[in-house]
Amino acid sequence: MSISKEEVLKVANLARLELSSEETESMTEQLATILGYVDKLGEVDCQDVEPTTHVLAINNAFRADEVKKSLSQEEALANAPLANGEAFVVPRII
Amino acid sequence: MELSSLTIHEVQELLARGEASSVEVTEAVYARMAAVEPKVAAYITENRDEALAQAAQADERRAAGTGGALCGVPLAIKDVICTKGLRTTAGSRILENFVPPYDATVMEKLKGAGAVCLGKVSMDEFAMGSGNENCAFGTPHNPWNLDYICGGSSGGSAAAVAADECLAALGSDTGGSIRQPASHCGMVGLKPTYGRVSRFGLLAFASSLDQIGPITKDVTDAALLLQALAGYDPRDSTSARVETPDYSQALVEGLAGLTVGVPAEYFGAGLDPEVEKVVRHGIATLQDAGAQVREVSLPHTEYGVAAYYIIAPAEASSNLARYDGVRYGRRDMDADSLVDLYRRSRSQGFGDEVKRRILIGTYALSSGYYDAYYKKASQVRTLIVEDYKDAFRQCDVLVSPVTPTPAWKIGDKVSDPLSVYLSDLLTIPANLAGVPGMSVPCGFSSAGLPIGIQLQASHFSEAILLRVAYTLEKRLGVVGKKPAL
Repeated sequence: MSISKEEVLKVANLARLELSSEETESMTEQLATILGYVDKLGEVDCQDVEPTTHVLAINNAFRADEVKKSLSQEEALANAPLANGEAFVVPRII
Repeated sequence: MELSSLTIHEVQELLARGEASSVEVTEAVYARMAAVEPKVAAYITENRDEALAQAAQADERRAAGTGGALCGVPLAIKDVICTKGLRTTAGSRILENFVPPYDATVMEKLKGAGAVCLGKVSMDEFAMGSGNENCAFGTPHNPWNLDYICGGSSGGSAAAVAADECLAALGSDTGGSIRQPASHCGMVGLKPTYGRVSRFGLLAFASSLDQIGPITKDVTDAALLLQALAGYDPRDSTSARVETPDYSQALVEGLAGLTVGVPAEYFGAGLDPEVEKVVRHGIATLQDAGAQVREVSLPHTEYGVAAYYIIAPAEASSNLARYDGVRYGRRDMDADSLVDLYRRSRSQGFGDEVKRRILIGTYALSSGYYDAYYKKASQVRTLIVEDYKDAFRQCDVLVSPVTPTPAWKIGDKVSDPLSVYLSDLLTIPANLAGVPGMSVPCGFSSAGLPIGIQLQASHFSEAILLRVAYTLEKRLGVVGKKPAL
């Protein structure tokens, strides 16, 4: 399956990535090569085969709902590029 | 004798006899780093002051009789594992200044056992790569030949162990990232069963495939480290509730009663003749040690790479959505809208390979393509799992090459991502099926580059891998050889 430049730009937007025009060119070419290879999966008959998303037979891993020690506000904010001492700061949304 | 050249268990003997202190061993390793790091470039961040303090504390504990199983043993940690208070970059610009506020479970376990953390070692950005050439902070060099890659993504881990810049290291393996660099650097690499070792605090690449494991100078050290790392962790919802056996019991030479399966598909077109020769010699050695050898088939092996390059990027595209410039990591300070902030911060912070995989994953999961790509790949994954089940009805361990070729020259494959992806075709299936895999030094190419042999066993059968590996180590005489640096 081939992929067009427009599709690459659309996917980049979904993934919140900006691509320069050079990057768009090279990514389109490389993605087409990789997806072309992946088309190999079409050779395999998967009728009635259940998909595997996890290899171990673990279902819901429940635990008791208990309050435990977690990060302090200060620790949680320590790596933030922009914070006001109480919260993460982002550009105005509304 | 250089203290830095020793294995963990050799150092433990010296420490136990009082013939060396942990501070002396740690200082010897830093002296070695000062001498060879300009050539090898295995480390991203050194932790000297803290490590020497940990070593001094370990010496006190040992004197007081309260030292743990790894008391005073200096280790290197792949820079994708969170270390409290010590910068953790995942080899990415986007995390250039990230200092984790907590330790990964494996770090808590190592520290609890008394280990010393020497520093954080190089890797492909977010563990995406096979040559460690995708690291934002430079490419490490193979200690056996500095013009060659050390492998990836745990390249810094393998290079540091091979160059005696640590006693052993932790790596992580999503599609071969422990086994392949261990093979290329002539070291022992062990990827445990999915769920055996907690992933809490491992920066996630592909959550259904990632596992942490050791890269060591010999098989005994691999058993020692696995012992320290393994076990159920309530903080990792995919951690397995299984007992951890005593792995030292597995370190016995001799394979009577064991059946070795040789998968025909792992010896197909594209296999370098020198690699095949070395691995066939390894298989003959197993036979001499009493193993039954039989050919087996894993017919869907050739589809592993294609399935992997949908599943891993799909999971990565979701996992890496968290790098948004808000809570941690690089942020473009000039963005004037939230979407702009995300776009610019991510575009500046991520390297090409990471962008490539995010795009593939996002595409494969996007509306209209999900069934054709992600669902199909997940169905093929089921067939690969079934292949292993069939094979392990006929044998106890699978033996094969780790990689189709020895290490390649730095720069040779940078413009051809698909050829790099294809080089992982023999290590990827173990991750898709969650089975444990191991790389053990087996020989050398005519150019003097190390060649490993891969062992795979059924879920939670690491003890079988260790027994086979230990027998190979004793009989081949390849483990323990050192590069001339």
